[in-house]
Amino acid sequence: MNVVWKLLSTFLKIGLLSIGGGYAIIPLIQEQVVEKNGWISEKMFTDIITISQMTPGPLAVNTSTFVGLQVGGITGALAATIGCVLCGVMISLTLYNFFQAHQKSVYVPEILNGLKSASSGLIISAAFTIILLALYGDNTSEPNFLSLNRAALFLFLTMLFMLRKWKLNPIVVMLLSGIAGFAFYQ
Amino acid sequence: MKPSIKTYVWLLAVNLFISAFTFGGGYVVVPMVRRFFVEKKQYFTEEELIDMAAIAQSTPGAIAINLSALAGYKAAGIGGAFISCSAAVIPPLVILTFISAFYKMFISNAVIAAILKGMEAGVAALMVDLITDMCSLILKKKSFFLSAMIPLSFTAHFILGINVAFILLFCCFLCILQVFCKRGNPK
Repeated sequence: MNVVWKLLSTFLKIGLLSIGGGYAIIPLIQEQVVEKNGWISEKMFTDIITISQMTPGPLAVNTSTFVGLQVGGITGALAATIGCVLCGVMISLTLYNFFQAHQKSVYVPEILNGLKSASSGLIISAAFTIILLALYGDNTSEPNFLSLNRAALFLFLTMLFMLRKWKLNPIVVMLLSGIAGFAFYQ
Repeated sequence: MKPSIKTYVWLLAVNLFISAFTFGGGYVVVPMVRRFFVEKKQYFTEEELIDMAAIAQSTPGAIAINLSALAGYKAAGIGGAFISCSAAVIPPLVILTFISAFYKMFISNAVIAAILKGMEAGVAALMVDLITDMCSLILKKKSFFLSAMIPLSFTAHFILGINVAFILLFCCFLCILQVFCKRGNPK
């Protein structure tokens, strides 16, 4: 089978099965890309995860682009990325329309409200991971007072204060904290 | 109402912008979408945004991409959805193409590492800001069931490490059960 089609179909499958996004889907991508198809090595896969943390964009999209490039050049990258994104977007739109059309039903608003609460909990969980990473770095040792990065804590609190007080634009926050990072850690 | 070319161009620009600045993907886009779509242009309300975020989260695929497609759809229909999700994919596609060629150089660059370390703290602050607003919206409903769901799903995911899909399915099940019980004993 043509490699571009193989990429498209594999990433369609990954896109369809990756519910929840983020780091929950790493094992799934790894199974398909490293173990089953042998497109990239284990080491390269770990590298992609590191790159994903440092660059914009979702992990799944980053991986599909990287793998697609390695296996099938630019066409491969496009095929893999489209495959990865297509199912999720279609299902999201369908589900959204379904919920809009059935607002009168007793169940739909209840389910939607429940999902909202549950996904807030999941967002808090993701935020915890990010906060720990920002304040303690990625060394896996038990976080304690000594390993706390004070510059990061200061930066975090300052940004939070500015956000709550003046409703700062998120992009301004990213730029400011990037500049501060350069000044603090260089 | 047919969306104008101006709306499409705005969607394209705003999604390129959001995507290019959303490090780590996922939930970090929610505050960005809120700022541009809810506060600046008023395409939808905060309440609707949380609906969309819940759907983007509960369906397969990357949350950031799903949410941008939904936001585009809400603002300008199917055309808007197509433009938004294409625009959301382009920055990571371009950046990864570039980086994959210079990976070793990129990862060992001290300046880039320092900037990214600073940005981590910024992202953390953005998340806390968003969570404060989201939770206060849910708590305002004064429903014990809905309020309890937040710490429950947090514990299930962060502490117990239960699969996200399972948590969401279980949540749907609880909601249906709750409606059933309410109907069972009408007051």
